[in-house]
Amino acid sequence: MTVVIAFVPKPAGWAALSAGIEEAQRRGEPVHVVNVSRGDQLVDPGYASPEELQELRSRLELSGLGFTLDHHVGEDTAAEAVVEAAHTVDASVIVIGIRHRSATGKFLFGSDAQRILLAAPCPVLAVKAAGDD
Amino acid sequence: MGDLGALMDGFATALQPIYLLYALVGVTLGTAVGVLPGIGPAMTVALLLPLTYTLEPTAAFIMFAGIYYGAMYGGSTTSILLNTPGESASMISALEGNAMAKAGRGAAALATAALGSFVAGTLATAALSLLAPTIAELAVQLGPQDYVALMVLAFLTVSAMLGSSPVRGVAALALGLFIGLIGTDTLTAQQRYTFGISALADGIDVVVVAVGIFAVGETLYVASRMRRGPIPLVPIGGSWMTRQDWRRSWPAWLRGTAIGFPIGTIPAGGADVSTFLSYSAERRLSKHKKDFGHGAIEGVAGPEAANNAAAAGVLVPLLTLGLPTSATAAIIIAAFQSYGIRPGPLLFESEAALVWALIASLYIGNVLLLVLNLPLVGIWVRLLQIPRPYLYAGILTFAALGSYSIGASRIDLILLFLLGLMGWLMRRFGYPVAPAVVGLILGPIAEEQLRRTLQISQGDLTALVSTPFSVTVYVAIVGLLALGLWLQRREAASEAELARQLGTPGGPA
Repeated sequence: MTVVIAFVPKPAGWAALSAGIEEAQRRGEPVHVVNVSRGDQLVDPGYASPEELQELRSRLELSGLGFTLDHHVGEDTAAEAVVEAAHTVDASVIVIGIRHRSATGKFLFGSDAQRILLAAPCPVLAVKAAGDD
Repeated sequence: MGDLGALMDGFATALQPIYLLYALVGVTLGTAVGVLPGIGPAMTVALLLPLTYTLEPTAAFIMFAGIYYGAMYGGSTTSILLNTPGESASMISALEGNAMAKAGRGAAALATAALGSFVAGTLATAALSLLAPTIAELAVQLGPQDYVALMVLAFLTVSAMLGSSPVRGVAALALGLFIGLIGTDTLTAQQRYTFGISALADGIDVVVVAVGIFAVGETLYVASRMRRGPIPLVPIGGSWMTRQDWRRSWPAWLRGTAIGFPIGTIPAGGADVSTFLSYSAERRLSKHKKDFGHGAIEGVAGPEAANNAAAAGVLVPLLTLGLPTSATAAIIIAAFQSYGIRPGPLLFESEAALVWALIASLYIGNVLLLVLNLPLVGIWVRLLQIPRPYLYAGILTFAALGSYSIGASRIDLILLFLLGLMGWLMRRFGYPVAPAVVGLILGPIAEEQLRRTLQISQGDLTALVSTPFSVTVYVAIVGLLALGLWLQRREAASEAELARQLGTPGGPA
């Protein structure tokens, strides 16, 4: 069993990382971090840059947990990739970061969090960034 | 001076709230398409051509001019922060600009680009207001054979300059001339190449061709290229321009203007060439030679000034002679035609109010652009997060909607996508599309003038070279072609040198 963390290099994503590491330590399980992009945007703020990836790695190494990192550009949306990963690594829990969305944002765009919640094969732990309430 | 009075009248028109609004819409759209790689001002103006059927001319041209100028501003933002030029004329800014941004001097690079664009745009517009009426006055005396000479000049230079090889350019031109032939001959009322299809009797609407080749073709091409992963965006950092930055920037702005404006007026490849020339001039003249390649502010200031000055320069032959020297200019001619206005020397007499309002709006547009670009860079950068499929789907829908709205005809839609497919194939195999559009638009005019000349001379071909002006033009063609090829060679040489120096090519084209 593994803890799957859906990571984005934003406050909510870093919060999910911390919560995921805690959860994995509590359960005594390794973590699997997912950060993917479809590559259809010229600039994708959800896709970790080399520096952010470095930071992510050092945080994971510091935790002393066994970890795997999935960072690639592919066909799947972020939500699909996370659920897919949960199946392949037999996840015990998925950890995601969520944030407030504006009315316009909700009208225009779908929610990755909602897609993960509805499609996940296991419980989902949702955390907010500190100060986002 | 009468011209000054006319310009003031132009300001009085352009400053009316409704026209200010159109100018604002134009520069906003222009900045947006400038920021987005793969979408250029030619495509945007082509997409908006159907609007010319409902909008009054002054409003439409103020908007189009705003798009044209705005794209030059917006392109630098993407170049500097993403190392990918938003449009081709900003390629060179990607070199020094991106290096500056990576060194934490992004804010200064963006500032010098925007301010340089403003200075150059304003100075070049002033040059345009002084020069254009004088040229138009001289041009009024031209006879039909002189026009034929000018058209030949436009055909040859555009074909030779705007493509990967002159042969491909001429092939594209021939294609455009052929599409221009379709329809009913104006002199003899004979149908040509209509294949008995009644919808073709009036010819193919220029708007459908322009939207098809530029918007649909371009979109298919950009969408068909392999997707890449997201490019890391350099955050905007550092202080604004320091006193030293100012000292190093302003001579570069002025030199860029001096290089860009004349290059824009001659058919030599438009704004791109001027940026390369300005860059190599700055590098030669700079006291900070070792900075080049590592973020020299002159290397951003000069080319950014040059491309805006060239954009204004392009308007000189466009407004005075009806000669387009760039793809966007060709589309603007199409817009003039769809209003039944023939761009040329008579424009300053017959449509004085429109032309001067247009020129005045360029001054205003420059100010608007400075305001839009300096503080709002963050917003423009967010446009880059739009998923590309949405963008392309939107453009194709808009193109189809626009073409259908012209005549509510299904044949137009079929033609639109056939022409789009053709545009895609042309691009795919390296044929420039601009000569095709120039041929299509100027072809019928050239034909009419040629036949008029020959009718007057009763078939005597020497009439084509019977005036000093026409002879001068034919001689000038040789000179311009040589000059243009030399400029292109220089551009290629400096490009190769840069690639060698930096170890990497200057960003993906």
